[in-house]
Amino acid sequence: MARIPILKLGNNLFVTVQVDVDDQLASTLQDDLMTQIVATGAKGVLIDISSMEIVDSFLGRMLAQIASMSRILDAEVVVVGMRPPVAITLVELGLSLPGVRMALNVDRGIAMLGEALTVGGGRDGGDHVAG
Amino acid sequence: MAETTSPVEGAAVRPGTYPIVSDDDVVQFRHEVRAAALAVGLRLIDQTKLVTAASELARNALEHGGGGLGEIGPPETAGRRGVRVIVEDDGPGIADLGLALTDGFSRDNGMGLGLPGSRRLVDFFDLWSEVGVGTCVIIEKWAL
Amino acid sequence: MARRPQPTLLPVPDPEASPAAVLPMPTPIPTPTPTPQVTSAASRSLLAKLLLERREQVLDAWVQAQARKLARDSGRRPDADVRAECEALLDALQSAVASDSIHVKSPEYVEVTRLVDFMSMDRARQGYSPTETAIAVFSLKDSLLGVLEEVCGDQPELLVDEIKKMNALVDDLGLQTFEAYVAGREEVIVSQQQSMLALSTPVVKLWDGILALPLIGTLDADRTQTVMENLLQAIVDTESRIAIIDITGVVTVDTSVAQNLLKTVAATRLMGADCIISGVRPQIAQTMVYLGVELGDVVTKATLADAFQVALRMVGADVASVGRI
Repeated sequence: MARIPILKLGNNLFVTVQVDVDDQLASTLQDDLMTQIVATGAKGVLIDISSMEIVDSFLGRMLAQIASMSRILDAEVVVVGMRPPVAITLVELGLSLPGVRMALNVDRGIAMLGEALTVGGGRDGGDHVAG
Repeated sequence: MAETTSPVEGAAVRPGTYPIVSDDDVVQFRHEVRAAALAVGLRLIDQTKLVTAASELARNALEHGGGGLGEIGPPETAGRRGVRVIVEDDGPGIADLGLALTDGFSRDNGMGLGLPGSRRLVDFFDLWSEVGVGTCVIIEKWAL
Repeated sequence: MARRPQPTLLPVPDPEASPAAVLPMPTPIPTPTPTPQVTSAASRSLLAKLLLERREQVLDAWVQAQARKLARDSGRRPDADVRAECEALLDALQSAVASDSIHVKSPEYVEVTRLVDFMSMDRARQGYSPTETAIAVFSLKDSLLGVLEEVCGDQPELLVDEIKKMNALVDDLGLQTFEAYVAGREEVIVSQQQSMLALSTPVVKLWDGILALPLIGTLDADRTQTVMENLLQAIVDTESRIAIIDITGVVTVDTSVAQNLLKTVAATRLMGADCIISGVRPQIAQTMVYLGVELGDVVTKATLADAFQVALRMVGADVASVGRI
């Protein structure tokens, strides 16, 4: 049975989701990710969905679940590369995935994961007002 | 900016019927709906909405209806260009249709059927269901 | 609620069955017998037979009838492609009629209706009025009438029967051209509307990574779709992190406008960007509270300038933190 590969780079796990994900594949990915987070002690997970042309409510909820479960295992998830038509459709379906951090692309996603690893997490409170 | 697509010269939606009895069938059905949407020249956003709605319905038929059938064809609404998708099953039917179709936007109405959401994605939505008999949902997306 | 068209239940298909086995065997077209008693099934195929055997004759007569009517009504001469167009339609019609169906909405007529729709839009483009196109289709009756009279002029009952069927069929086709014309016009209107909507919802780049979207007028369902499409695409194109939605020009903010705003904010967030809503007047704040609209984490500011300050800070902070890695 096909599995979506999970790569490890530093403290982070990387997943690139291909186009055709059936329910079985998605569930397996969820299981594999949780196993790998624990096994590798990863603190960040980047899920690249830039190839996905369709994300329906099942897949949307799956992403939310992966984010919640990972947080319990002390890892932050960032989902990157959602396509505009997919975003609009998900919102129309009533799914805004509030518990899932999103980034425009892989670079931004990695930056966000890096931020999460700084002491206290998140941005620092410094003001950088222009002019 | 909105992109426009023009229909492939002479293309039409070739009617087809597809079984929906497994996960693979749902994926396959999505492909067929996508192909039909492309052939008719639906805009990308409309293709995405139609395929996603069809996916919701197909999944319902599989998970709640015990498996079913999907049909793809041209719209029956007078003079409309586009795609018509029908998903039907002989499952237990929907007991509370009113609740299933309640459109509370930010609220999942708890039935997990995603019907109000699917309805928002399409231009035409029709549903028939009878307890103990089955469910049939008809949707259309038009080239506008 | 809708009711299902047919009451019969479909059996769950056998996944083992190969698709080829499911196709029905084509029914042979019965040749009409010379006996005076003719069944209705054989009558339908009489039309099909005539369309096949008298193809050239029917086609010529039809094209000529169209040319006559066109010259008489508007002094125009038909396009050279008319014959080819009619030929294709006649062939498709022959196949459809041969399948023993006379319902234009049935699947056997998919090709016919497609060609009729195409003819309608093609002629509209050439400057034909919808009436002229419908008349062109109706003139097929003259042609078929002539052939039917030749073939069964000595069997008046059969002739009347055939004429009725042919009449109903061509009427449906003529009406189809009108429907196609109307739908075609609607497409043009809607597409123009969308262009206007796109023009009236410009997305402006204020700074590296900061976009602004001044909304003017209403934020109804259609507008929201256009706004989301334009804004999200702009976010991708400019790799922006912040979108400032200015609602100073939005006259009424009721529940649906508020929901549409929230939809837009949600969609923007899925693209990894944040929204700031500016131009929030005190009255709007009051309305939202009365309506119970939950803005949640969305930052709101009274003016675009304030929003821009906040946005710069947010973007500036990002640059600093990236430098730390």
